Amino acid sequence: MEMISEQLIEASRESVWLALNDTAILQQAMPGCESFEKTGENTFEAKLVSKIGPVKARFKFDVSLSDLDPPRGYTISGAGQGGAAGFAKGAATVTLSEQEGATVLAYRVQANVGGKLAQLGARLIDGVARKMADEFFENFKQLVGAEAEPAPDAPE
Amino acid sequence: MNENGIGASVRRKEDQRFLIGKGNYTDDINVAGQTHAVFVRSPHAHAEIKGIDCSDALAAPGVVAVLTGDDLAADGIGPLICGVTVTSDDGEPHRAPAHPALAQGKVNYVGDHVAIVIAETRAQARDAAELVDVDYNVLPAVVDTSSAADSGQPQIHEVAPDNVCYNWPFGDKDGVEAAFAGAHKVSKLDLVNNRMVTNPMEPRAALGEYNPGTDEITLHLTTQNPHVHRLVLSAFNQLAPEHKLRVVGPDVGGGFGAKIFVYAEELVVGWACRKIKRPVKWNGDRSEAFLADAHGRDHVSTAEMAMDENGKFLAMRVQTQANLGAYLSTFSTMVPSYLYAFLLAGQYSTPLIYSEVKAVFTNTAPVDACRGAGRPEATYLVERLVDICAADMGLDPAEIRRRNFIPVDAFPYQTPVVQCYDSGDYPAALDKAMELADYSGFSARAEEAKSRGKLRGIGLSSYVEACGIAPSAAVGQLGAGVGLWESAQVRFNPTGNVQVFTGTHSHGQGHETTFAQLVCDQLGVPIENIEVIHGDTAKTQFGMGTYGSRSLAVGGVAIARACDKLIAKGKKIAAHALEAAEGDIEFADGNFSVAGTDKAMNIAEVAFTAYVPHSYPEGVEPGFDENAFFDPTNFSFPAGTHICEVEVDPDTGVVEVVKYSAVDDFGKLINPMIVEGQVHGGIAHGVGQALLEGCSYDSEGQLITASYMDYAMPRADNLPCFDIDYAPTNPPDNPLGVKGCGEAGAIGAPPAVINAISNALGVRHIDMPATPETVWRAAQQAAAVSS
Repeated sequence: MEMISEQLIEASRESVWLALNDTAILQQAMPGCESFEKTGENTFEAKLVSKIGPVKARFKFDVSLSDLDPPRGYTISGAGQGGAAGFAKGAATVTLSEQEGATVLAYRVQANVGGKLAQLGARLIDGVARKMADEFFENFKQLVGAEAEPAPDAPE
Repeated sequence: MNENGIGASVRRKEDQRFLIGKGNYTDDINVAGQTHAVFVRSPHAHAEIKGIDCSDALAAPGVVAVLTGDDLAADGIGPLICGVTVTSDDGEPHRAPAHPALAQGKVNYVGDHVAIVIAETRAQARDAAELVDVDYNVLPAVVDTSSAADSGQPQIHEVAPDNVCYNWPFGDKDGVEAAFAGAHKVSKLDLVNNRMVTNPMEPRAALGEYNPGTDEITLHLTTQNPHVHRLVLSAFNQLAPEHKLRVVGPDVGGGFGAKIFVYAEELVVGWACRKIKRPVKWNGDRSEAFLADAHGRDHVSTAEMAMDENGKFLAMRVQTQANLGAYLSTFSTMVPSYLYAFLLAGQYSTPLIYSEVKAVFTNTAPVDACRGAGRPEATYLVERLVDICAADMGLDPAEIRRRNFIPVDAFPYQTPVVQCYDSGDYPAALDKAMELADYSGFSARAEEAKSRGKLRGIGLSSYVEACGIAPSAAVGQLGAGVGLWESAQVRFNPTGNVQVFTGTHSHGQGHETTFAQLVCDQLGVPIENIEVIHGDTAKTQFGMGTYGSRSLAVGGVAIARACDKLIAKGKKIAAHALEAAEGDIEFADGNFSVAGTDKAMNIAEVAFTAYVPHSYPEGVEPGFDENAFFDPTNFSFPAGTHICEVEVDPDTGVVEVVKYSAVDDFGKLINPMIVEGQVHGGIAHGVGQALLEGCSYDSEGQLITASYMDYAMPRADNLPCFDIDYAPTNPPDNPLGVKGCGEAGAIGAPPAVINAISNALGVRHIDMPATPETVWRAAQQAAAVSS
């Protein structure tokens, strides 16, 4: 499946770009993420818990950044094993553009699953992946927006 | 006449234990010291295995052993085999890649077997299986049947270039081409026979026990053919010598073909129980059944018929690409070849037939026989094509069939495609079915439906199939590794009751009743005194099992032959006891009598005398126990016409089967109630394929119809009450006059349903499964064209 969406973030493109490369922010933004650690130049290991339909699994993702074009965007890709649940892989191409002092974060996400996830949850994948991507970028927007200009109701 | 004999609808003896929950299935059997096995399966359709780390799994609580393909290879066990050789068009045998029971370096479909984890409890084995760390290098997968052999596709097996298992041309190509060149009209149709998951109610299971004292392995399996399992596991898989291997198929909850084959799990469990010297049980779950039971069908075909100006068939030409999956299952190669192309004549006198079958490998589960095996594919193609021919010639579908039927006086009829049909009266079955279906009243019903906004359609299917598999000489010539006779032993105990041992296997067919009726009828023994025993290589002499509707037509005759021998011996014993000449002894209704006198003794008394031979004829062996083997001289050819009537809601695409009439020729019926049940089940299976069932992999080879949430099985509310009748003929080649009935519905129904839907929508063709979405789109398109 593939989906395209965007978020308007009240922050400069530079600060959004920096946040996109900040493992702490990425971890906080990613739903169910337990850890997000740098393993090399543009490579990371992420652990997250996810539930797709009847299958709940703890995934270990190898994450890599490619097509880096600071500060205009990159592609973040991950492939992970979820034990008996099977595997998931996905990529998001993120493009940043400036708009009246704020930044438009456009993203195009692709996701695939295999093993038990596909067998039991294939029909649910689109919805789950869309929800997770939207949650991630919504969280990300909140985190970056909050850092750029702290507001009383911003999440901690 | 015997009230429980041939022709009586005796209630099924076996239902007593099933209805009170006393069936004895493989998973019901538990033995002391038993361990539990779970298989680690590939989540990828196609991948190299770079390494398997079992250390965490081995350290997990309760784990007894974790074994991989390396362990299996080190012990010289396997590989799995395919038992039928098909010769490809280059003169070479079909390409047969190695089929290890546990992957060795590579996995080729999702569900492929990587390791077995054995633990004290099933839960522990499951948990530990998650800890087996397999390092995969994922490769691109081949999934789609029609493009699997195209250039540029990933290669699955080195021995099979372009993923081709075989190219198998069959028939008079030049003759067919000449007939097409001179034809008045050529009708053509492209069609897909959808892939099915066979789905017996009981998932597969295995329980292996090793006795170090006797060096014997006992394997309880969900099998349709225990002796075939023993033979293959012993002679080809090196599990154990035949006399040190006992295979038991206890109660088995349906097979439909899926439990014929020798599977990896069965071999591995048998091997592992000896290796760890403890009993090992594997009980497959439903997900595993979807992933790793052999699937069925999966053909992509083009069919053409050449006709003269009267709609008479001159020649038929067929091209089929058949998906065999990732490896060759036990009988897979024969399904899209011999069991398919040899039935392409259907009920028609088409003089020339040419077919080309290309069998391909894909990164999907192995494909093999599923109820009907090849014959549903042939029948669907022929009966859809005949409807297209009717449309192209402006003839009623019944009329074009009638014009082309093999005439009644032409039997036995030699088709141009090997088979010689034994007996048939195709017009009689058609007439009776049309009457049963009130065919002439259809247009009025269609008009009435129209007033309710429904599209009503009617569809015919006149099928023929080959059952009673099979004459050994015939299958031997075709490259089968076994003979397909059947055996029986009929044993009187001294007290006069009877044990009947059969080499067939009952997993829902009701043999314990039907075979008891045969013996009851022939020997005059009360049916309650007859027990039918099957399914245990330690009890029954030998046998080839149950598939291809063969049990009664082949195994039943073996029983009758053993009874003949008992009667012959009984005459000697009775003659001595009654002080008469053997030639004067007559046998009827269980009594041996001296012709023309009232002197008689019944068969139970004769049996007692045989075991207590104080006064006994000279030269006659004691005992009353005979066995017989029967090898048929021909297949049997059940046939019939099924008529389906549907109503389609053009706004939702929902198809309702409103009327279904079936008239079949199964020869003589032993138990009409059981036959009717088989017909019901077969039709439900066929309607399921036509309307609901579609096994689907995504483009990466992930099975996305792997549960009943995504794979729809037919339910009672998908089906009407069936109208069933018979138009029997007497097959001269079968001593009992029987033909076989287990697959007929699954063969006859799919084209009847699709012909009816096409008729309702006024479209040329619609592919199976005709789901509401497919039908709705076709209805929208048809409406757009006509407006």
